[in-house]
Amino acid sequence: MSNKESTSRTLLVALAVSLVSSVFVAGAAVSLKPLQTQNRLLDKQRSIAAIAGMGGRELPAAQVRELFGETIKARLVNLETGEFADEFDPVTFDPLKAAKDPQLSTVLAAGEDIASIKRRERFTTVYLIEGAQGEIETLILPIRGYGLWSTLHGFMALEGDLNTVVGLGFHEHAETPGLGGEVDNPRWRGQWEGKRLFDEQGEVAVQVVKGGVDPQSAMAAYQVDALAGATLTSNGVNNLLHFWLGEQGFGPFLAKLRSKEA
Amino acid sequence: MAKLTPKEVLLNPLFNNNPIALQILGICSALAVTTNLNTALVMSVALTLVTAFSNLFVSLIRAQIPSSIRMIVQVVIIASLVIVVDQTLKAFAYSLSKQLSVFVGLIITNCIVMGRAEGFAMQNPPFLSFLDGLGNGLGYSLVLIAVGVVRELFGAGKLFGITILQPVTEGGWYQPNGLLLLPPSAFFLIGLLIWGLREWKREQVEHTQFKMAPQVRKEAF
Repeated sequence: MSNKESTSRTLLVALAVSLVSSVFVAGAAVSLKPLQTQNRLLDKQRSIAAIAGMGGRELPAAQVRELFGETIKARLVNLETGEFADEFDPVTFDPLKAAKDPQLSTVLAAGEDIASIKRRERFTTVYLIEGAQGEIETLILPIRGYGLWSTLHGFMALEGDLNTVVGLGFHEHAETPGLGGEVDNPRWRGQWEGKRLFDEQGEVAVQVVKGGVDPQSAMAAYQVDALAGATLTSNGVNNLLHFWLGEQGFGPFLAKLRSKEA
Repeated sequence: MAKLTPKEVLLNPLFNNNPIALQILGICSALAVTTNLNTALVMSVALTLVTAFSNLFVSLIRAQIPSSIRMIVQVVIIASLVIVVDQTLKAFAYSLSKQLSVFVGLIITNCIVMGRAEGFAMQNPPFLSFLDGLGNGLGYSLVLIAVGVVRELFGAGKLFGITILQPVTEGGWYQPNGLLLLPPSAFFLIGLLIWGLREWKREQVEHTQFKMAPQVRKEAF
């Protein structure tokens, strides 16, 4: 046997170790992939269900699947025309991936990009809960935008009037724990319930305000108390709401839905 | 070096030669994942497994590894194990793996794992190496969990996510100490822990390596 330190021996050992390791890693990655995809989907669906007020974050997997099989329907929306679309399958369509694809997204000009997301996808998936006559009972919209450290990814659920908030929450963010991270706090999220987004003139009126909401004020129905000690995260939430409810976001879509109802 | 008994190898890293408290290794992850006990515990288990098995595998092939590439071979083995652990977490404990995010991947660069592979497994038989990895992992876990208990209990009023001290924001009496949820607090806690340990085991106190000479020449006016 040749010397342990010889070049050929070194190459051989390097090759053997790499080969064995890569087989090991690839094996694990491939065999666990289905479970992981399922987990990711389940996690997203669970947070959608929680935001729509259909059960907590601890909802068992079977129940989540049942909800999404029967009650909650995914639909694809063209954000430019504001109409439902069926170019892609809404369940498997990934709006975040689309936002990175030049074919499926548009670059936002600096003035428009108040949520600091840089590119906006042309299609996105919304979720609907329909009543007995096919009218919308709850509409769940995906929202995202930059806070202090990270992009906050979440959903907002609206009542059938397309104005009253059922719930709002972020399932993914990396804000400071205890400060901006309190966007996850159930108490803070609870404030959103019943708030109104648009005023009488149809303008976006919802606001995250510092120093507490004065219940006497005429604006109280549109205002939510900011997070203590997290001005930038609170501003981020405020900006991303204005973005997604505005012309660049779901504005056209909501307008179309409203005119259909009228 | 005297012959090592398996028991010594396993238990010494807990207090006598703790990787965090004495060797001051692996501090980065100890700061990052100890805001609550769930993540601290999962991180502890992950690191313990990785250290134990990387030691085992490195030790198994230690006679074959050419010294010129020994480090990279160790890293390849460690990295493979870490990826497998990460993938497993994503498949079976998704929400926890989301909270740990990048830190599981960073076990690869954790000095404890590499340090034990290079410092112990390269010279010792597989079984002892495995125990040494296990022991060092447990030593790391001990510190992580101790820090995690303090941070979660006094920072959020909870343990394992269950409310123990009802915080003011949720209608209770306890005013949580927000500093404890931020990384610097872990520095203070680990510092206090090291101080305590060295008071208890005086032999761990390091000797001063040099003494500052008093300044005699006047250089600035």
